[in-house]
Amino acid sequence: MVTEIITRGNSYHEAFRALQESQPDSPGSWLTRLRESAMESFQELGFPSVKDEEWKYTNVAPIARIDFTPAKSATTANIGSDDDELAAFEFVEAKHSQLVFINGQLRSDLSSLTDLPPQVVTMDLSQAISDERYGEIAWRHLAQQADYVANGFTALNTAFISHGVFVYIPKGITVESPIHLLFISEGAQTANFPRVLVVAEENSSATVIESYSGRQDAQYFTNSVVELVLKDGARLEHYKVQREGTRAFHIATTAADLGPNSRYDATTITFGAELSRHDINVTMDNEGAECWVDGLYLVTAGQHSDTHSLIDHRKPHCTSHQLYKGILDGKSRAVFNGKVFVRHDAQKTDAMQTNKNLLLSNEARVDTKPQLEILADDVKCAHGAAVGQIDEDELFYLETRGIHHDLARNLLTYGFAEEVIGKIKIESIRAQLDKAVLNRLNTSLEA
Amino acid sequence: MLEIKNLHAGIDGNEILKGINLTVKKGEIHAIMGPNGSGKSTLAKVLAGHPAYEVTKGEVIYQGKNLLEMAPDERAREGVFMAFQYPIEVPGVSNAQFLRLAYNEKRKHLSEEELDPLEFKDLLKERAKVVEMDASFMTRSVNEGFSGGEKKRNEILQMAVLEPRLAVLDETDSGLDIDALRIVAGGVNQLHNSENAIILVTHYQRLLNYIVPDYVHVLAGGHIVKEGGKELALELEQKGYDWLKTAEPETTGAGAQVR
Repeated sequence: MVTEIITRGNSYHEAFRALQESQPDSPGSWLTRLRESAMESFQELGFPSVKDEEWKYTNVAPIARIDFTPAKSATTANIGSDDDELAAFEFVEAKHSQLVFINGQLRSDLSSLTDLPPQVVTMDLSQAISDERYGEIAWRHLAQQADYVANGFTALNTAFISHGVFVYIPKGITVESPIHLLFISEGAQTANFPRVLVVAEENSSATVIESYSGRQDAQYFTNSVVELVLKDGARLEHYKVQREGTRAFHIATTAADLGPNSRYDATTITFGAELSRHDINVTMDNEGAECWVDGLYLVTAGQHSDTHSLIDHRKPHCTSHQLYKGILDGKSRAVFNGKVFVRHDAQKTDAMQTNKNLLLSNEARVDTKPQLEILADDVKCAHGAAVGQIDEDELFYLETRGIHHDLARNLLTYGFAEEVIGKIKIESIRAQLDKAVLNRLNTSLEA
Repeated sequence: MLEIKNLHAGIDGNEILKGINLTVKKGEIHAIMGPNGSGKSTLAKVLAGHPAYEVTKGEVIYQGKNLLEMAPDERAREGVFMAFQYPIEVPGVSNAQFLRLAYNEKRKHLSEEELDPLEFKDLLKERAKVVEMDASFMTRSVNEGFSGGEKKRNEILQMAVLEPRLAVLDETDSGLDIDALRIVAGGVNQLHNSENAIILVTHYQRLLNYIVPDYVHVLAGGHIVKEGGKELALELEQKGYDWLKTAEPETTGAGAQVR
């Protein structure tokens, strides 16, 4: 454990005290207590070190070493109001169902929600907590899925819960437009703590896009926690697009709790940040739930990406499918650690997990560890991992059709990624990925 | 169009081609026949520029240029095409994407305007008729899950789209049932004209009932051991290859003697 940072009386501490004092004894005083207890937890845990099995391949010492300044309240950050700047990060499908966050803090003035059905609630988290109608729902679910007692980063995020967002999809409501939570980091040396709570009531249906961007040249730290609660029969499609600046540190946790017969489709796209870590935990504590947990990480020289997933089958008749693909170029590194846990009661579980990696350079390195832990005896489970390079025969075949060597390599790389990209239902996300994969390719691939 | 002179080539240090001479003029169809292991496919791969094969001696002049100095993609853009004996599957890349990309690479090379997806779709629809291919094949990944016959038809479709000057068809008839053979051969015949040339590499005479060659060359042990007109193929059909295996290679320059 790296605890020196706490004892030093650094920016986190000062900012934390300032935050606590700014909202004394408000109607949401349980939040003040929650933050207090999370800060205590962080002080105890500190940042993880490589001695911790869960962090064996990902050294976060650089994050601990740098004295990042937690971003101040939303109103003081006036940058980002530039429309053009914002437009670069938008997804057209969600232009009017978009919530903009600057340094993790919700900016209603930059958000546009006109395409959302009136029943859908999107509210500043600190407001929701003291809201007469939604306060109780927020209280019941906030910090329930993401464990701040065991994870230092989650503890730190929880200690800084303020102007995140509460999204509530009422019973039976279908939201057609994807809800885009657009997180932009402004300035340098800042620490941002995005916090999201989504509650999808019975038989509701929605799509949530979570995207992270920031200045390419700036060093900053994003530490986000997203909790998702799906009630009976709810359907949630979830995209996480991590396209942070190339010097950024991005640590994120997604925690989903699946109700009976609910369906959760997650796709995580990772192509930004110098160092990134994503923990995705799906809890299936009700019968008949189904989830698809897919991902694609694309890293190049100097980047490190780590994915840890936990699919926890606790009850019978649940299905989980997981497909993660990685493309590594230059001197890059990726980690995939996927655990599928089938508990004693979870009979008739159907679980599938695959991780495939394509190394485009001899200097790239991947550590993949798919794990199955099965305690039930009547289940269907499979898992596998693969690491490979561009197939020489495929390359030659494309070349004999007149396709230049580099283009042929890009095309095969694209073909590798297509299994994940092709399933993405949001056209503009897909287009952005096509471009990222075919970055050296000047020809568009539509056909 | 193509002149192969005293070509020696091999793989992993084993010499397979031991002095091949062959001249192909535009408008001609040449059949290269021979028993298994005679070097037929090696010749096709060397012409396409397969990186695993090493040319140790001799030269190949194509359209006045040294073909062996060109990279495989360069050869293709210059109009050389090889239909693979075992076409490769390319997962995740649709047939239409692949074909348009290849087609536009050639257009760019010829300083011609590239076709956008819609324009290309029309062209593709037209060319697909040559091998009676259904539109559903265009959205599927290249060769993935195709039957043997579909893969071979897809090779000829690529030929139809790329319009090569010199097409080398490596065992295109292998694994085809009679209907597929008729379609594939019909496609090749439609694509053949007085400006291009075709080299058919085949083990059996069967294909030559459909695509009639001007010249037949028999390869054995890395040498051309016999050459003649289309009637030579029939003779081989009757006698097999064994009687040739012991034959001495024809004298150097034999390729030129037949015309």
